[in-house]
Amino acid sequence: MSSSMMIGQYIPAGSFIHKLDPRTKIAIIFFFVVIVFFANSVMSYGLLTLFAVGSAFATKIRVRYILKGLKPVWFLIAFTFLLHLFVTREGEVIATVFGWELYREALIQGSTISLRFFLLIMVTSLLTLTTTPIEITDAIEQLLGPFKRFRFPAHELALMMSISLRFIPTLMQETEKISKAQASRGVDFRTGSFKDRIKAVIPLLVPLFVSAFKRAEELAMAMEARGYKGGEGRTKLRELHIGWKDYVVYGLFILLMAGLFLTRN
Amino acid sequence: MENSKIEFRNVSFRYQEDMPWVLKNVSFTISADEWVAIIGHNGSGKSTIAKLMNGLLFPQEGEIYVNGQKVSRETIWDVREKVGMVFQNPDNQFVGTTVRDDVAFGMENHGMPRELMLERIETSLAAVGMQGYEEQEPHRLSGGQKQRVAIASVLAVSPKYIILDEATAMLDPKGRKEILKTVLEVQEQRNLCLVTITHDLLEVTQADRVMVMNEGEVWLEASPREVFSKQEQLQEIGLDTPFITKLADELKAAGISLTREPLNHQELLEELWTLRSTM
Repeated sequence: MSSSMMIGQYIPAGSFIHKLDPRTKIAIIFFFVVIVFFANSVMSYGLLTLFAVGSAFATKIRVRYILKGLKPVWFLIAFTFLLHLFVTREGEVIATVFGWELYREALIQGSTISLRFFLLIMVTSLLTLTTTPIEITDAIEQLLGPFKRFRFPAHELALMMSISLRFIPTLMQETEKISKAQASRGVDFRTGSFKDRIKAVIPLLVPLFVSAFKRAEELAMAMEARGYKGGEGRTKLRELHIGWKDYVVYGLFILLMAGLFLTRN
Repeated sequence: MENSKIEFRNVSFRYQEDMPWVLKNVSFTISADEWVAIIGHNGSGKSTIAKLMNGLLFPQEGEIYVNGQKVSRETIWDVREKVGMVFQNPDNQFVGTTVRDDVAFGMENHGMPRELMLERIETSLAAVGMQGYEEQEPHRLSGGQKQRVAIASVLAVSPKYIILDEATAMLDPKGRKEILKTVLEVQEQRNLCLVTITHDLLEVTQADRVMVMNEGEVWLEASPREVFSKQEQLQEIGLDTPFITKLADELKAAGISLTREPLNHQELLEELWTLRSTM
């Protein structure tokens, strides 16, 4: 059980994208999401697609895994496309299928919006595929650091995230234990109507919650005993480091932006 | 260093106003180089003592001094740097996502520089025999290994006192032995003061001094040998004695007089095979 227990979708492949500073990755994705909406010509979309697909290949992760990550959104992308085909009624009619008229604008709108959607999902999923959850946590703490001035609890948020990450496997093991214990007392999780199965979850959830609260209390006590007093005056073992690779990526991204604005209509 | 001791002066404690006293006018001193075991049945106040020692709780009456410094809300951060604690549940005191992060947690709290942390992580993991596990996640470790990591994280802050609050209670016999061995080694290497709180009487036999708690009072303070010679009284307050002590008592009852109270297998064997020859 524990060997297959992976949190998130991180796939270690050791590419240079894996080794980038997580802050770089988050920043690039943020700006990519913004500039996707500036594209309006075939060339500009081409550039963005090239960037996204190029990054995907640079991760050295097998295409199969990347597509697997996109699986839940295929439906949404297709739906958006079809919706536009039906709803948009502009431009000239380019074809008539069974008495229904297909407009030129509809085709263009449908495909550009689905393409945008696809690019966004793909690029953001590259982040979780190449960055461990704990790296993302560290990056978030750092990136939100400036907002501490406005009383934003960046450190607390990061600590909460890392403690949750640490306790997910523990609670999963516990869930398994409790479900076995309850099954041995005759609780049936597998058969019966949907309603019955939902009801069977209650004797699983109640002990799980009780123990989670107990754990939280003990953990708080242990943290205090080890001198935890909030983010103030705390040093950090894990360090983030911006290296030359990150500068190369920033450079490439600036080139991409320049290219995008040149190829816009 | 003078004043290197933990001192309780007439300490009384209760969790709430209308609740009975958990500790009643308790006074004792633990000096910096000894191993003191505190035993007692559930609710005798032994865990409360541990929590008072590093300011997780504060007494209603009396004072507690750690290295001459009074434990109060102002001094708890200093005190917690000197007094390290290992708790009972191996899972619920593991804060980091990996062994390395967990050992670093206490040091990060005390604001130590990163270079020092890296060095201390290595030495303290080596001290508990867990080197090579730095990148391991807690759910892949056994209970005993997790407790060893907990000890390493306490050591990393380099405290003067280590309190083990029933740290072996949730482990199997193998894990228990592991921890005891680790603790013994660490104490010898670093010359620490150890306070072990336990119901496991076998653990007690290796301590320098034993404090038996009963109903919030120090019922007896003596060497392990002396404590175990009072088998009947111990049983009266709900404490069991180790098998060897029981066996020795039975032997005495059967008319075989031993020269001293044996604490372990080896000592009983010694007693028995020299029984006739000393005559």
